[in-house]
Amino acid sequence: MAVTYEAIATQTLGSTASSVTFSSIPQTYTDVVYSIMTPTSAGTNTTIQFNGDSTTIYSHTQLYGDGSSANSLRGTDQSASLAGVSNGTASIRGNIMNYSNSTTYKTYLARGGAGGGTYLDAVVGLWRNTAAITSITFLASWPVGTVLTIYGIKAA
Amino acid sequence: MIGNQIAGFFSVGTPPAPASNYESIASYTLSGGETSVTFSSIPSTYKHLQVRWSVLNSNANADLGFRLNSDSGNNYTFHGLEGTGSAVSGSNKGTSLSEAYIGIGSGVSSTPGVGVIDLLDYTSTNKYKTFRSLFGYDSNGGGYIILRSSLWLNTSAVNAVSVRVTPGTFSANSSFALYGITGA
Repeated sequence: MAVTYEAIATQTLGSTASSVTFSSIPQTYTDVVYSIMTPTSAGTNTTIQFNGDSTTIYSHTQLYGDGSSANSLRGTDQSASLAGVSNGTASIRGNIMNYSNSTTYKTYLARGGAGGGTYLDAVVGLWRNTAAITSITFLASWPVGTVLTIYGIKAA
Repeated sequence: MIGNQIAGFFSVGTPPAPASNYESIASYTLSGGETSVTFSSIPSTYKHLQVRWSVLNSNANADLGFRLNSDSGNNYTFHGLEGTGSAVSGSNKGTSLSEAYIGIGSGVSSTPGVGVIDLLDYTSTNKYKTFRSLFGYDSNGGGYIILRSSLWLNTSAVNAVSVRVTPGTFSANSSFALYGITGA
């Protein structure tokens, strides 16, 4: 039976990094799922870019709790959009829906949690480009030991 | 040629595909103008279900309503946590509804609304069905990010799932996919 949900690639950082890129993503899946785990704080929230594009065509809407209140923020015309909180020991999972289509803009959903009494969030982001996604770049101050994985989910 | 193919099939250099606990059951990509989509005759062989969707639609902030087993009685409830980009609402809820509102369509050209719905223990016949959803859209200055938990007040095993957009219609290239997750 064809595998429906499979790992595409994993990067485990042996040194600090400010960006991690997954390139040459196969176009054979329906959705891409990303998961990120940091052993310590990445200093800032994680942001995401597609296909090496750093033009200001990204945006997001976020819902987050900081341990004392809930808030919602929006970013517009950004050069990268929010992909999950990581300013603490972090665990993030995101869903990039219908990533290989060349008809619509690309929307993704993510949930993140950063430990140490920091943040929990849910975010929806938009890349205003109809191109199929062939590479994904995650940006933050990644500590040693950070594990980033992308998975492919294939519909029938 | 045939002999070589058989030898290749049984060779130690060709491992079998790994068993998967997450399987695709069915999917739809719409041509546009539809108001609903239904997954019917869902096998009872899984433990949980997941629906993943990406929609374009005609009307701004249209609701996506979820029904199980074609039940349109007032047997659904929900409550949710919602972010608008400037405010948070933890009080949005509904009771005695004819469908569970588990999604939103942007109504904005080329801007998909998306969501993931998890329906746990769907074959159970001794409990109501709880399902949770994460969904939303962003339109560069507008949009919502929403977490909802919904309840179907019926103990029947689930054999059909339908999603309906109100008001308006789905647009071309809207897609829905149903997955089954097996237990140990």
